[in-house]
Amino acid sequence: MIWKVVRQIAKTGICTEAAPDIGAIDAAQVARIQQELLDILGQALTIREVDAGSCNGCELEINALGNPYYNLQGLGIKFVASPRHADLLLVTGPVSRNMETALKRTYDATPEPKLVVAVGDCACDGGIFGESYATCGRVANVIPVDEVIPGCPPAPLEILRGILKTVRRRVVSPRSVSK
Amino acid sequence: MQIPGLALEFSALPTPVPVWHAQVTFEQWQMAATAVRDQGGRLLALWAGSISPHGGASAAPASAWMCAAYVVLDGAFWLSLPLTQQDGRWVYPDLATVFPAATRMQRAAADLSGMVALGAHDTRAWLNHGAWPQDHFPLQQDPEKLPLLVAGELVNYPFVHVDGDGVHEIAVGPVHAGIIEPGHFRFSVVGEKVLRLEQRLGYTHKGTEYRMTQLAPLEAYRLAGRVSGDSTVAYAWAYCMALESATQTTLPLRAAWLRALMLERERIANHLGDLGALGNDAAFSFGLAQFSRLREDWLRASKTVFGHRLMMDCIVPGGVTSDIDLTQRELLLHQCDVVEQEVRTLFNIYEAHAGLQDRFMTTGRVSPELAARLGLTGLAGRASSQSWDLRCDQPWVPYSDMAVAMATQHNGDVAARVAVRFDEIFESMRLIRRLLIEMPIGDLLCPVSLPLQPSRGAGWVEGWRGELFVALELGGAEQHHRILRCHLHDPSWQNWPVLEHAIMGNIVPDFPLINKSFNLSYSGQDL
Repeated sequence: MIWKVVRQIAKTGICTEAAPDIGAIDAAQVARIQQELLDILGQALTIREVDAGSCNGCELEINALGNPYYNLQGLGIKFVASPRHADLLLVTGPVSRNMETALKRTYDATPEPKLVVAVGDCACDGGIFGESYATCGRVANVIPVDEVIPGCPPAPLEILRGILKTVRRRVVSPRSVSK
Repeated sequence: MQIPGLALEFSALPTPVPVWHAQVTFEQWQMAATAVRDQGGRLLALWAGSISPHGGASAAPASAWMCAAYVVLDGAFWLSLPLTQQDGRWVYPDLATVFPAATRMQRAAADLSGMVALGAHDTRAWLNHGAWPQDHFPLQQDPEKLPLLVAGELVNYPFVHVDGDGVHEIAVGPVHAGIIEPGHFRFSVVGEKVLRLEQRLGYTHKGTEYRMTQLAPLEAYRLAGRVSGDSTVAYAWAYCMALESATQTTLPLRAAWLRALMLERERIANHLGDLGALGNDAAFSFGLAQFSRLREDWLRASKTVFGHRLMMDCIVPGGVTSDIDLTQRELLLHQCDVVEQEVRTLFNIYEAHAGLQDRFMTTGRVSPELAARLGLTGLAGRASSQSWDLRCDQPWVPYSDMAVAMATQHNGDVAARVAVRFDEIFESMRLIRRLLIEMPIGDLLCPVSLPLQPSRGAGWVEGWRGELFVALELGGAEQHHRILRCHLHDPSWQNWPVLEHAIMGNIVPDFPLINKSFNLSYSGQDL
């Protein structure tokens, strides 16, 4: 039994691809960003995903980030089960009025630096659902947003690029952390 | 088409699958349901139909309709009941005593359209959590004249309380621990054993059916494709089928074949994702790594061939957006060979893995009797001996040439649902090969012209999760060709309540596994 598993693992090999390029930065800057990342965030970047009313399309692509091709954990990025453990919230969907309170409470429960990334067209601008009796529209209408990743749904690589950009921007020009 | 004991005038809708329509009276409403149940039929969908406001151009009195769709061996029929007002409310007889699955559908109809089931046992609000006023019925509103609403506080939901020595509650959600959709689960447990689960859904309600009435019929396929992202192909097809039936459009042959190709690819993509997640939920992360890799390969090929990883917006009214050439055909055929071989290897590993089988077998069992009584449908139904698959029962073009083999199991546990998924992957691989090799040459798109008179259309498609039903009421020239009402029905409506039964007597840590083996849609039922 275990031989079958080992054989399959060996046959598959390592299929992880290189992380996306997020713009021209030299090696020294990369090292500095990584150091500052560590200084600010500790060991790794932890993310709490919040579906605030999406159609599940964005969740499928966020889940795909966990597959061996993107190897998110290899980059030091991890999805966590509680906002209290998270540095960053990845929020999808037009925020439904039924999720508005839950989203605000999740935001309140997140410790600093409390980065928020809105994923998908609905989260960016309300998308095809817009604003109505049932939805508040874009995420920024409910909680402060640091970065948006448009797309319906955005491909995993675009989501990864957006996450890295958010963190880099934060490292390069930190928002006042004092509160 | 006839229902025993009822003299109804049925008219056949011009759909590729057999769907009839008839109007019933207040008395016939429950009689029809009972007759269907007694001959082994099922409730397909229940929804509030269109509402015409007072007066207007035609100066007619206000009118409203309640609708139900049933499945029998011959096909489906859609019954419309004209409603009368009692104390200022539209009322109709309760169906939940005949079909338990009707309960939540009736509660949703009360929230969205203000239609009340007379004699219903459970009348708690379902989609209205208090964020909008209790007396605001969105589907009664004119889509062009929005009233200003004051957002309310969310209301406390009266969960059923379980009492007894050592009984306590575990509340989960709406924000879940994993990367999944939001919903609330209230477990009543003793130790680690679950006595009862009560679900509260509706968190992703985003006014989809109301939004439908604001969109042009030829544009609304995009919204239909976003009812549930994992079933975008199935929903787009079901909506387009409804529109094509309302407009009496005949789909070009090649377009139908391409749609089926996409539908089968969507089925495999979802099964690959779920089989990996099921392994992971039983602490076999090797399964997740392997299957998620295969799923990624699969989605990338969809991107290459159809231009979108999930194939969103590839199905449009009157046809499809893009054709496939010979190179793409070879690519897809080659991928079938590669992925099928890998899935067979993984199937053998899953089958032989004692620890995995120990977690899968007898877990989350739904007996065939219970499944039949509660109306379990789709792949979960087939794992509990409910042998219905639209592609086999009412094969429409191109399935009519394919002799689709239905995958069924009898144990109704997680292992059975896993087995159905494996079987369906292999069958869909066979279908994809045939679709690719035998695809006829022809047009991709034909014009769709909206009729001058009001019309009605239905779409009925076997998606990966189960059958989707779309009921469309289209306005004529006088109503500016507006969508008067479009109900998009997900099989999750039927299956969510059965999940409450599947978990009973199991241990709390098995819930994620059982839940994933069904993998029901939140967005699809919250609408």
